[in-house]
Amino acid sequence: MTANPLEFRDPQRARELTEALERAVAAIGRNPVSVMHVCGSHEQAIARFGLRATLPRALNVIMGPGCPVCITDMPEIDEGVALALQGVRIATYGDMIRVPGSAGSLADARAAGAKVDVVYSVAQAADLARETTEEIVFFGTGFETTAVATAAILLNDPPPNFSVLSAHKFIPPVMEIVSEMPDTRVEGFLAAGHAATITGSGIFEAFVARHHIPVVVAGFEPLDILAALLRLTEMIRDGQAEVSNMFPRCVTREGNRNAQEQLWKVFKPIGGRWRGIAHIPNGNLRLRDEYAHVDARKRFTIDVNALWHRSPSSLVRQCICGNIMAGIASPSDCPLFGRECVPEAPVGACMVSSEGTCKIWHQYGGVPDLRAPAPIEGCLRCVPAEPAPVPAPRVDGGVA
Amino acid sequence: MSTVPQTDERIGLKHGAGGRAMRRLIEESFRSAFTFEPEIPAGVLGLSAMDDGAAIRVGDRWLVMTTDSHVIQPPFFPGGDIGRLAVCGTVNDLAMMGATEVLGLTCSVIIEEGFPRQDLERILASMRQACDEAHARILTGDTKVMGKGEIDKIVINTTGIGLTPFIIRDCTLSVGDRIIVTGTIGDHGMAIMATRHGLALDAPLESDVAPINGLVRAALAGDPRAITAMKDPTRGGLASALSEMATKSRVGILLDEAALPVKPETRGVSELVGIDPLMIANEGKAVMGVKAAFADSVLKALRAHPLGRDAAIIGTCTDERPGMIILDTGFGRRLIAEPEGEPLPRIC
Repeated sequence: MTANPLEFRDPQRARELTEALERAVAAIGRNPVSVMHVCGSHEQAIARFGLRATLPRALNVIMGPGCPVCITDMPEIDEGVALALQGVRIATYGDMIRVPGSAGSLADARAAGAKVDVVYSVAQAADLARETTEEIVFFGTGFETTAVATAAILLNDPPPNFSVLSAHKFIPPVMEIVSEMPDTRVEGFLAAGHAATITGSGIFEAFVARHHIPVVVAGFEPLDILAALLRLTEMIRDGQAEVSNMFPRCVTREGNRNAQEQLWKVFKPIGGRWRGIAHIPNGNLRLRDEYAHVDARKRFTIDVNALWHRSPSSLVRQCICGNIMAGIASPSDCPLFGRECVPEAPVGACMVSSEGTCKIWHQYGGVPDLRAPAPIEGCLRCVPAEPAPVPAPRVDGGVA
Repeated sequence: MSTVPQTDERIGLKHGAGGRAMRRLIEESFRSAFTFEPEIPAGVLGLSAMDDGAAIRVGDRWLVMTTDSHVIQPPFFPGGDIGRLAVCGTVNDLAMMGATEVLGLTCSVIIEEGFPRQDLERILASMRQACDEAHARILTGDTKVMGKGEIDKIVINTTGIGLTPFIIRDCTLSVGDRIIVTGTIGDHGMAIMATRHGLALDAPLESDVAPINGLVRAALAGDPRAITAMKDPTRGGLASALSEMATKSRVGILLDEAALPVKPETRGVSELVGIDPLMIANEGKAVMGVKAAFADSVLKALRAHPLGRDAAIIGTCTDERPGMIILDTGFGRRLIAEPEGEPLPRIC
């Protein structure tokens, strides 16, 4: 083949990888073989390139709790909304503003007169603060990747009217929780290449040793993802459990030491809830006491209770986003799905994000099977909901 | 507990974003308020058609009427300004229904107290320039000034009328029709986004804002029956325009991603901010269904026009999945969702 070795969007190579993947999954001999990715960008790439239409039918790639929009907890959204309604100007990433809290979203707050700015980066939020005397609070969401950027700004002489409401999260602990869930079917993880650029692939070694589940660090081009899935299924087939770095052009075993230093200088890991998932020990990143002066929680009295008269929705308690993100339930199991919870008025976060399972199901009536162009009678032809699977035998035969 | 969705108790930005929420607002509020008795007489295509404009049968021709209010932040942007946008938006909406000769335009302006006179002159000169390009004339207008802070700088409304022997709808695609877009997509929205957010780019993006009635006339010059349906992919981009056409026409549309004309710089910014060029507004493009037998000749006619050099056949109408857009990415296939609300940059 004469393709450029740096061409990551080569459909011919993709076909070869897909065929190899088909063989590897067939050799495992189970249906489904379930693996999980924990990164919104992986789902974005899988969706954007239409990869699900070419993956082996027996391979179930579960979208795990890796979408920052989906896992930011409702009380955290409430803090942002309360602060905004108290008259403090909030800057945050675009797709956060539609996420519903218990009394509406930041978009609702904005429609009610609050000042909410969409920014592309924390640096842009700091610039916004430099242009005004108003207090600007950056509502910081996302994982290690965005947390490092927040840390860098806070370490680099931020303007005096700038502070951070941290809802940042740390990925590795949630993999432990997912692996320990009683109904888990996950036999392997795809780890996010950009996060691993910072933390290093070595961070997953202890996890693999404890749970005997393989982890493959993957990049974001279609060939990256297919090659990583192939490596993962080969390890499952061979009963191997290792950390494999399939994104070596960016990721080293040690990671970016400088970035790690900055991250942990500013943030401390504490336990906290991830929306709908569980309490995740060490899963939340909060500002250390030395940074109290830029911590919006310390700088302002955030009156979350003031939101209560805004008809706190009892619906949210029925939301099963957590089980959906953990890969143990389908939207069709949710009493709200398609009735009270629709894309225009989402109850749960999975209905907000364009990669959210519920949103995709709602729009396409299930998981659309686009493999073969076939005539349609009446309604859509969809792959039925996950066939109630016999829990797949685990590689190590048990849970730690 | 109220089951009324919270977001619908107030008007949100999504209600003006050109997608489903806006159509619902129009259907639920405007259309029900503006249902007139007796029923709309024959020979009138009104609000219920939810097309780019209205059409009224006058003798053996159709009088097409359309109106559009323009607000844009910033009012001056690379490739144009709010004045050029206001003329082009209305001229193009007329052209989308087949009325490529503009009988006349109105210009109604609301200005914020303190707006620089010099900027106003610049905007008016730009409107004049766009009129000249479109062979259109502004015949009447209105001017209001509002207090500081009561309006954001300037709002311009234009209304246009045109005559045409036949009207082109947006609901008349048939299985087998080819889909043609008249040039590169996403240029306007990406240029605005890059300007608004101060993205430092090596090659600055420019809006494509232009009157395309001449281009449409060139496409119609061969056999007017060749074009089965047409729309301008403004807010919500190609995805929104095609979704609406597919839904109304009850056909599926299969798009070939490799055939989509996208400028490399637009693609670059789109990857950076995580917004698909398919969802991004255009202000100088049309997307049309063309009978297969005429696809090559229409394409040739478009490409011969200076505004249609990058025109391309990008897809086909199918009976697979009526109402939906299927994108063949070269790696697999996916459905294109109609954008919901303003396009928002993703976190990761």
